Order: sequence, then C-alpha cells, then structure tokens
Amino acid sequence: MVKLAIDRLTKRYWRDSREVLALSDVTLSVEDGEFMAIVGPSGCGKTTMLNIVAGLLPYDQGTVAIDGKRVAGPGIDRAVVFQHSSLLPWRTIAGNIRYGMELQKRFDKAAMQERCDHFIKLVGLNGFERHFPSELSGGMQQRVNLARALAADPKVLLMDEPFAALDAQTREFMQSELLKIWSEARKTVLFITHQINEAIYLADRVVVMSARPGCVKDVFRIPFGRPRTLHLKRDPKFLEIEDAIWQLVEEKPERIGMVV
Amino acid sequence: MNQVLDREPLSDAAGSEELQGQPKRSFYKRNESLILGGSAVVLTLAIWQAFWSTGKISPLFFSGPSAIAARFWDSAAHGQLLSDLRYSGINFAIGFALASVAGVVMGVIVGWYRRVDMLFGPFLTALYSTPRVAMVPLIIIWFGIGMWSKVFIVFLSAFFPVLVNTIGGIRAIDNDLLRAARAYCASDWQIFTTVAVPGAVPFILTGLRQGVSLGLIGVVVGEMFGGSQGIGFMVAYGGQTFATDTLFVGVIIIAFAGIVLTAGAERLERHFSRWRPER
Repeated sequence: MVKLAIDRLTKRYWRDSREVLALSDVTLSVEDGEFMAIVGPSGCGKTTMLNIVAGLLPYDQGTVAIDGKRVAGPGIDRAVVFQHSSLLPWRTIAGNIRYGMELQKRFDKAAMQERCDHFIKLVGLNGFERHFPSELSGGMQQRVNLARALAADPKVLLMDEPFAALDAQTREFMQSELLKIWSEARKTVLFITHQINEAIYLADRVVVMSARPGCVKDVFRIPFGRPRTLHLKRDPKFLEIEDAIWQLVEEKPERIGMVV
Repeated sequence: MNQVLDREPLSDAAGSEELQGQPKRSFYKRNESLILGGSAVVLTLAIWQAFWSTGKISPLFFSGPSAIAARFWDSAAHGQLLSDLRYSGINFAIGFALASVAGVVMGVIVGWYRRVDMLFGPFLTALYSTPRVAMVPLIIIWFGIGMWSKVFIVFLSAFFPVLVNTIGGIRAIDNDLLRAARAYCASDWQIFTTVAVPGAVPFILTGLRQGVSLGLIGVVVGEMFGGSQGIGFMVAYGGQTFATDTLFVGVIIIAFAGIVLTAGAERLERHFSRWRPER
C-alpha cells in the first residue's frame, strides 16, 4: 500500500531575479512502513522536496499526497526531524518532547504524559526529563528531536539530514539506534542524507537524485534483511551498492564541484 | 559586589555535589573577593577619616565619614530623611512599574507587527534619541512640581530601555524554532506564545535592569528641578546651602539604592536565563 505518493513534482524559485528549477518532474512512492532514503549532492533539491512534503513550502506542479490526500500545508500526519535539533532552549527535555503534541492538541494531558514517558525511554533518555537542551550533547539533542517527532504520532516521519552535524562515531551509533527505534515504532520514513553508506545501511530503498535540476536518477532496492548491524557496512555486497551509487553521483563531477 | 553575586548560583548548583570530591578550600580562598574588597573599603574609610580628623578640610567643601554618619543618624531620627526616602521610593516605584508594563506590552506589539513599527517608529526613535533630562522642564510645566511630574520622569526614563529591548527580543525569533513550530501545525498565536515571548524574556529582563538605573537617575533629576521633597531635593538643597554632609548622605543613599536594585534585577535576569548555554 502506498503511503506517500509524489507525482511529477516540479518546484521553481527565484534567486537574484533568475529562475531556478529546484525540482523537475520528481515521481516517487513510499510504501506503508517503508524506510526510504534519498541521497544526492548538495543543491539537488532533496531538502526542498522534504520541506514540500512537510508542507513548509508551496509547490507549482505535480502532486504530493499522503494516503491519497493532497498535501497543502503542515499536518498531523507528518512530523519532521530537523538537521538542527531546533529544541526550545527554555523548555526541559520532557517539555520539548511534549511540544509537538501540545501544538497539535490531539492528546489530553494524561495521554501526553504517558507518550512522553514512553518515547523518552525509547530513545534512551530516561533520567534527563528535567534537563535543558543546552546540557545535552548533540547526539542526545537529536534523540530528543526524534522523540518529539515520534510522540506526535505521525503516519510519515520526515528526517532532514538528522545526523549531519554529529561527529563520525556518534553518527554511526545514532544510525544503529535509529534502526532499533524504527523497528519498534514502525513508521513510514523519508530520510534525507548526503552520506551514501548511511542511506544504504538504514533504508529499504535508496533514491539517488542529481542536481540542477533536481530529479530522480535511479532507485536502488537494498536487499539486506533486518535487524542490521554496523558490520553490514563492511559486507562486499554493501560496498558494491555503495560503489554503484557513488558512480551515479559522480557522473557530473564538475557540476557537483560548482555547488559544493 | 558583582563578582560575589555572580558566583552564588554556580556554587548552589555545582557546589553541593561536585565540590565534595575536591579537598576543601581554605576559608580565605573561598571568600577572597569579599575579604579583599572589604579591606579596601575599610582602609579607604580609615584614611579618609584620618585626613578629616586633622581639621584642615573645610566642612563647606568636603565631609568626613564620622560627620556623614552623624548627619545620617540625626536626619533619620529627627529630620526629613525617612519621609524623603519614602517620597522618592514611591515616585520611583510607580513610575518604574508603569514603565515596565507599558514597555513590555508596547514592545511586544511593535516587535510582532511590522506595520505598527512603521507607524510609530519615527516617534519612538526621536524620543529615544532625546536625552530625557532635556524634557524635564517641559514635564514640570505639564505635571506641576508635585509627585506626578517625578513619576512621569521616571516613567519616561525607564520606558525606553524596556521597550527597545523587548522589541529586540521579539524580533530575535530563531528561524529554526519557527520552522519546527510550523511543521507541528502551530498557529500564529501558538508561535507567539511558545516561541516569540519566551525567547524575548531574557531581553526584557535586560531592559528592566537598564530601566532601573535610568529610572533612578530620573527620580533624582526630577526632584532636583522642582519640588521640596525627596532624596534628589535633599542633595540639591544640601548643595545650595553648603551642607556638604547632607549632600553626601543623599549621594550615598542614591548609590546604595542603585546597587541594591541593580543586583536584584541581575538576579532575576539570571534566574530566568538559566537555560542559556553561556554560563
């Protein structure tokens, strides 16, 4: 069953009085419960696409639909995990996890408390309820960010390079944590990243996008079962897929060089 | 003074648990700034008193600690000091309270609605750039020499720092937080109450702290210009009649009020900014 359907999506915007084609004719569909990753060089429009799906940006042509319903603005069926954790610095960790639920007013007080407790445990932050975000490391802040999104009980979880700002070790750790959490929460995920091995490790399918204009180049089905461990990243088959995606991304190195 | 106060919340938070593992620091080390600062003050007073006691300084030009203390007790027990203090205190309190409320409310409105800012901007900029002291004679013409002219001067002095800081605080809204709130379907009102206002609180408190010191200047200047009561009047009167010791009593009271009120405002500021990472 298709959860998220993107059909011939096109997005233009103006920069310095020149028209830029950010997305051109993007067609994608994400199955219910599927983990889909999108990779591509900077400027390929992948974050623009995520913002459109989140309802934070308007779009010109094509359709974006969740369960067959056209997306027009933010909705309670989606939640976003941002690259910068964007936590309210004056709220405690528990207060931040409740924040999305409070804004959406879907749950009563008791339910919010219960969900907050549940997801704090799920992301492994029990004991930190009363801390402020500034007291937490970057990796821990991203766990809060994730817990906030999950607590809002979305149908589709949108993740915008959530680990890009973390150091390499924390990043690997968070990837395996994310898989664990995802296996329990079972949400449809759209995961944006520019790290190819992160995409392969996490996703059921990896979409490769190219830049200027942003369009879908190819879709790779990742054949590994779950649960996956970090050893998978050394598997020959894994490296083979990684190589194939690399070559696809590197086809126009001069263009990538221009935008990086 | 500031240094001593700065350390308090830190030792509250960390002292009980983390410092226990370390060897206990000596009494002197723990109170170094208090001891050094205290000794400096005592030494200065002693030298001042010594010079004063030689009798070679004319009491018309200067005064000594003992004379000032004597004058203080005398006017507190028999004179006008307490009623002057109450008069100034009430003027300051009313003016400052009105300025805080008006400054925060207007600041929030001007900061949130661009169009209101465009409408009132020119007037606010003009008033903000005018030294408030220059308007004191005009205010006395309007409000007379009674207490309300003083209240209004305090109001005008404290209003602008509160207003300007509040506007800045509302404007300083964090784009990442805005985007997150929008993604969770926040209405404009929810963004206002959960992102804009809490983010502005530290700015508002900075404005209040600046308002305290400017309001204090306002009350003193106002009483100097017109009227027959208050600490400002006491200083001006002391100057006109060459009662240097009275003048000193007034100045010291004003200085003391400034220290206490500013320290209180700083404490409040720190309490509400404890989520901030810079500490």
